[in-house]
Amino acid sequence: MAALEEEFTLSAVPLGAGPDGLLGVEQCDKTDQFLITDGGRTVILYKVSDQKPLGSWSVKQGQVITCPAVCNFQTGEYIVVHDSKVLRLWTNEDVNLDKVFKATLSAEVYRIHSIPGTEPLVLFKEGAVRGLEALLAEPQQKIETVISDEEVIKWTKFFMVFRHPALIFITEKHGNYFAYVQKFNSSVLSKYTLLLGQEENFVIQSFTASLDRKFISLLSLSSDGCIYETLIPIHPSDPEKNQQPRVVRSLLLKTVVSGNARNALSVLDQDHVAVLGPPLPASKECLSIWNTKFQTLQVSKELPQGTSGQLWYYGEHLFMLHGKILTVIPYKCEMSSLAGALGKLKHGQDSGTQTMPHFVNWETSQGYGLESKNSEPSKRILRRRTIEPSVQPEVPASQQLLSIIKKDSEKHIEIELRKFLATKRTPDFHTVIGDIAIGLLERCKTEPSFYPRNSLMQLIQMHVLSYSLCPGLMEVALEKTDIQMLQLCLQQFPDIPEAVTCACLKMFLSIGDDNLQEIDVNMESVSDYSDAVQDEKMEEQMGILQNGFNPEEDNCDNCDKELSKKPQKTVEETTSCPVIPKRAALLNAVLHSAYSESFLLPHLKDIPAQHITLFLQYLYFLYLKCNENATMTLPGIHPPTLNQIMDWICLLLDANFTVLVMIPEAKSLLLSLYKFVKSQICICSELNKIEVSFRELKKLNQEKNNRELYSIEVLELF
Amino acid sequence: MGEFKVHRVRFFNYVPSGIRCVAYNNQSNRLAVSRTDGTVEIYNLSANYFQEKFFPGHESRATEALCWAKGQRLFSAGLNGEIIEYDLQALDIKYSMDAFGGPIWSMAASPSGSQLLVGCEDGSVKLFQINPDKIQFERNFDRQKSRILSLSWHPSGTHIAAGSIDYISVFDIKSGSAVHKMLVDRQYMGVSKRKCIIWGVAFLSDGTVISVDSAGKVQFWDSATGTLVKTHLVANADVQSIAVSDQEDSFVVGTAEGTVFHFQLVSVTSNSSEKQWVRTKPFQHHTHDVRTVAHSPTALISGGTDTHLVIRPLMEKVEVKNYDAALRKITFPHRRLISCSKKRQLLLFQFSHHLDLWRLGSTVATGKHGDTLPLSKDADHLLQLKTKVSKMPACLRSAVQIMFSEDSTKLFVASNQGSLHILRLLEGSFKHLHTFQAQSGTVESMCLLAVSPDGNWLAASGTSAGVHVYSVKRLKLHCTVPAYNFPVTALAIAPKTNNLVIAHSDQQIFEYSIPDKQYTEWSRAIQKQGFHHHWLQRDTPITHIGFHPKRPAHILLHDAYMFCIIDKSLPLPNDKTLLYNPLPPTNESDVIRRRTAHAFKISKKYKPLLFMDLLDEGTLVAVERPLDDIIAQLPPPIKKKKFGT
Repeated sequence: MAALEEEFTLSAVPLGAGPDGLLGVEQCDKTDQFLITDGGRTVILYKVSDQKPLGSWSVKQGQVITCPAVCNFQTGEYIVVHDSKVLRLWTNEDVNLDKVFKATLSAEVYRIHSIPGTEPLVLFKEGAVRGLEALLAEPQQKIETVISDEEVIKWTKFFMVFRHPALIFITEKHGNYFAYVQKFNSSVLSKYTLLLGQEENFVIQSFTASLDRKFISLLSLSSDGCIYETLIPIHPSDPEKNQQPRVVRSLLLKTVVSGNARNALSVLDQDHVAVLGPPLPASKECLSIWNTKFQTLQVSKELPQGTSGQLWYYGEHLFMLHGKILTVIPYKCEMSSLAGALGKLKHGQDSGTQTMPHFVNWETSQGYGLESKNSEPSKRILRRRTIEPSVQPEVPASQQLLSIIKKDSEKHIEIELRKFLATKRTPDFHTVIGDIAIGLLERCKTEPSFYPRNSLMQLIQMHVLSYSLCPGLMEVALEKTDIQMLQLCLQQFPDIPEAVTCACLKMFLSIGDDNLQEIDVNMESVSDYSDAVQDEKMEEQMGILQNGFNPEEDNCDNCDKELSKKPQKTVEETTSCPVIPKRAALLNAVLHSAYSESFLLPHLKDIPAQHITLFLQYLYFLYLKCNENATMTLPGIHPPTLNQIMDWICLLLDANFTVLVMIPEAKSLLLSLYKFVKSQICICSELNKIEVSFRELKKLNQEKNNRELYSIEVLELF
Repeated sequence: MGEFKVHRVRFFNYVPSGIRCVAYNNQSNRLAVSRTDGTVEIYNLSANYFQEKFFPGHESRATEALCWAKGQRLFSAGLNGEIIEYDLQALDIKYSMDAFGGPIWSMAASPSGSQLLVGCEDGSVKLFQINPDKIQFERNFDRQKSRILSLSWHPSGTHIAAGSIDYISVFDIKSGSAVHKMLVDRQYMGVSKRKCIIWGVAFLSDGTVISVDSAGKVQFWDSATGTLVKTHLVANADVQSIAVSDQEDSFVVGTAEGTVFHFQLVSVTSNSSEKQWVRTKPFQHHTHDVRTVAHSPTALISGGTDTHLVIRPLMEKVEVKNYDAALRKITFPHRRLISCSKKRQLLLFQFSHHLDLWRLGSTVATGKHGDTLPLSKDADHLLQLKTKVSKMPACLRSAVQIMFSEDSTKLFVASNQGSLHILRLLEGSFKHLHTFQAQSGTVESMCLLAVSPDGNWLAASGTSAGVHVYSVKRLKLHCTVPAYNFPVTALAIAPKTNNLVIAHSDQQIFEYSIPDKQYTEWSRAIQKQGFHHHWLQRDTPITHIGFHPKRPAHILLHDAYMFCIIDKSLPLPNDKTLLYNPLPPTNESDVIRRRTAHAFKISKKYKPLLFMDLLDEGTLVAVERPLDDIIAQLPPPIKKKKFGT
């Protein structure tokens, strides 16, 4: 009995799905992982059981992904096409789609197909098909036109037929549908024409196909709401003759959905299909599972927020857009019994239980003699495969990797490491990772030219390393001035010694702006601080500050006056961030790191005075920013908190007090910092008073309610 | 649902007695609790911690020790020098026996459960044999100089440890003589205290004796050599209680500062066999002395002067992280202490030794939701009735529960032998009408009664068997509602329909039609759909059920933290709907309001709620007992210096 389980959504990340929904959902080489391509620029890799994205890649502004990303099951790479002609290949480790392998093709791609066990196929809009490897070997090769002028590919599917790949695609021209079957073992393209017969005025809305021994069972959902089955032979009886192959189209299910809506169809197994669409013209959209053998509705689930009329089915999961959110409904089908199958049919129509065969004229034409040149057993050796070492199964993978680390090239180590990390995690995973990191670092020490940056980054990103597991890592990074790695370490390691934190800080402050611009830094913690609008806001804020307390009562008249004298100047000083955003991101990483005051202070003394001033300026700037809103927080994803900022200001002042007092550059900064703090204190004392009054008020209120031993009250129950 | 005038009553001056002893029975998963006024309560930990049995106390019977023996037998001993065994079926004292050793301070049952030791004021330790019907004195051990405050058996039953003042003795059971005498240091942080009282001892199977004393120490002794092994100073005040788990891998102590410390036997280093007792977790759930602790396989149980019974599950022992893993704090009895005369607007409060009668006030004003109305007449305290023993007919001497019929012509009495008596009330006298005998083979007392408003039906329930319904007219058993796994917490019969509403301790509610002898459609419907998970997760039982005089579809129920009016005509809530919506629906259209409305109308405005009922169709009475008022009447706790005060 087929059953739909409780649905769940894949993160609430709003997919950039346009009115046409998603481009596609594709399987990945790892179970449970799926590539989702939205209608715009983004490809997201989801782990479905965890309901969370593992990675996300976007093409540049202005580029548009035109065909869903797929995974090459042989190499583990992902492939996507943007702007119809540009092919991109990348792996999990790549961050930026702009920098990955790129191939510009000579013709527009309709789709890339990839299924386990064979190399991916590229189907061009003109109907030609190429193997990926052949295409990559010669990207600019000429692509022939297979289908006629105004013919448009409507739908396509890729199968493995007895270990030989076969591709079916449906085209449409002036309301006529054609089916093409391309087989790659014999390089034969067969074409069938579908005449719609009486149902001519009905548009076919959705196709799906499955393999049924010697036939491809093509199911189509027409706009009259019925599902038709067409059996297309895999092996044309005699392809050489110009006879028309006979194909039969039969009505499979009657009126499962109301037409005129965006409906979708997917074959689940031999006997079950999933249909997406409103069962009645006025009703909400439903996902229904039909048993085609018994013609019964097995289960149905209402999707009140509407769908995009798209449905994907992989393994045990049905994917669809419910509202704007990608929803996954696990589907299970146990052994069906007749009684169970008959149980849920809602509209008991007598005639419905009998299939009504419709013999439809399928006008077949002799296959266009497509000179197929694609499926020569991949000439180009797969790029990843070449370097696969001879694996000795006895040695544990980690030992093997360690020995590779000792002698092989950086590139090779990187590849081997990636392979190792892809395997299942053992309980001692973190110690193994630590060993690998130490192995890498040891070689770094002995071989000055050896610096396996990518491998180290990869290890850090496993989220299991800590400073104590690989003690030399940050020192090496400091030595090599690897800012990006240092930032990553600061973000990931919970146990960095204060000396190292301080060394990082020193480096972040001293590195030149030009150098920084070239480095790729994680900018998560920095939001756009430097808005032009901020000027205005600041002024307003200052106004509020002055109204916040009563100068007569307070003893900070001086500062008040001073503040009111030249608020304009303070505004100018503080509204622009004193450091460039990249440096800000790095400094934020330092602010976030854990430290112990007494251990940090001595190291802070070593930082040159002008850097201290700069850092203090930056902290002052953050502090002002914090005070712009009531919650005292900075905008952004993971910004430094007010407490962190205050703590660091105190630390810097403590450590470098005499220096700061002495140097003239710091004078104005310290003065404005002092003024600002003082004005804050004034506000706080006022707030204190208000708080006391409110507390008393609250107490009075409570007492009134609670102290009476007896009262009669009015209560309304809702 | 409608608007009600609520008489909010806070003058019920009820103060629960402090907890003196707790004893956990592993076999039945029950907990016996004795209070300073001699009350003994039995909690069924499997039935949602329901207080299923209750033995009223007496000022002459202050219990100092409580223990289970021979499986399910419960003994207590106290300062009157008597050992008492309780009859758990009849809810009565089976017998009491003088130990002739002066006030008894401690008692312990042997690991086999066949012997009982008591420690007396005169320094004697007395051994009793537990026979099937009674206990029998066997012999005295060597008399000590001062009172025996604590006792513990070695798990093999060959030795005992006895805590006295300033020393611990180890006795050999066979010879009855003291093997070792271990002197406890009187010094407390350098200052010599007058005396060091050993409040508790525990004898472990490896021969270790753990003692807790008035100097704030937890000490480990080697009973073979009589030497001190280790000392933990855990408190600035007395450590008053100790309990060890059955596996002897953890124990718990309670201090006079209200803190409970958990000690665990942990490996010194990972994967080494050497183990060490380590103080792992402190819990501060009490404000006053923790007089007693118990250690169930999955929880730490503590009680003390602040009257709360606290059950703190050990998260590492809990397999399923469900609502049972939450901390429980039981303060109020799981039974009704208040009854109400609706017509005359009177409230009767039940205290342990007296009754208070109050008349409710009145108002002429009206108001809207949330208003407090001006009183035209305040509530009056009419009279106080003290207990007075006078000549009573035999059937009334040991009543567990009494109830009047609606028209006050009949009195129904549940006696402790499982029988029910009906008495006719006449001017100044009464006449015995009939006795419903207990079902054959059971002597279980009926502790809940309900009578139908027309006086024709009487429903009675014990703690385990089902609810019996008797016809008062024909004087015979009408039917028995099928027994359910969980004890009944409240019973009531609806007017007109004669539907019996039964609330169980697992928060299930059944409605049973007495005339039809079957569950009603509504009851079947709600059982089929299941209750809302939030409803099932409440941790106090329903203690009273009432009905709306005009609307037969309405049932009023309450527990200590909410009351609920069930409107049977509305759809039942499912797990997706919001069960409790504290805010009045604002700016929502009528349609939405109607669509989201469900049968359970809940208010949590009044808490802790001890009683609630409908006086008439628009008036409710709610009796609250704020915890602050109880705390104000307790002795002051030990003052602890807090930073900044």
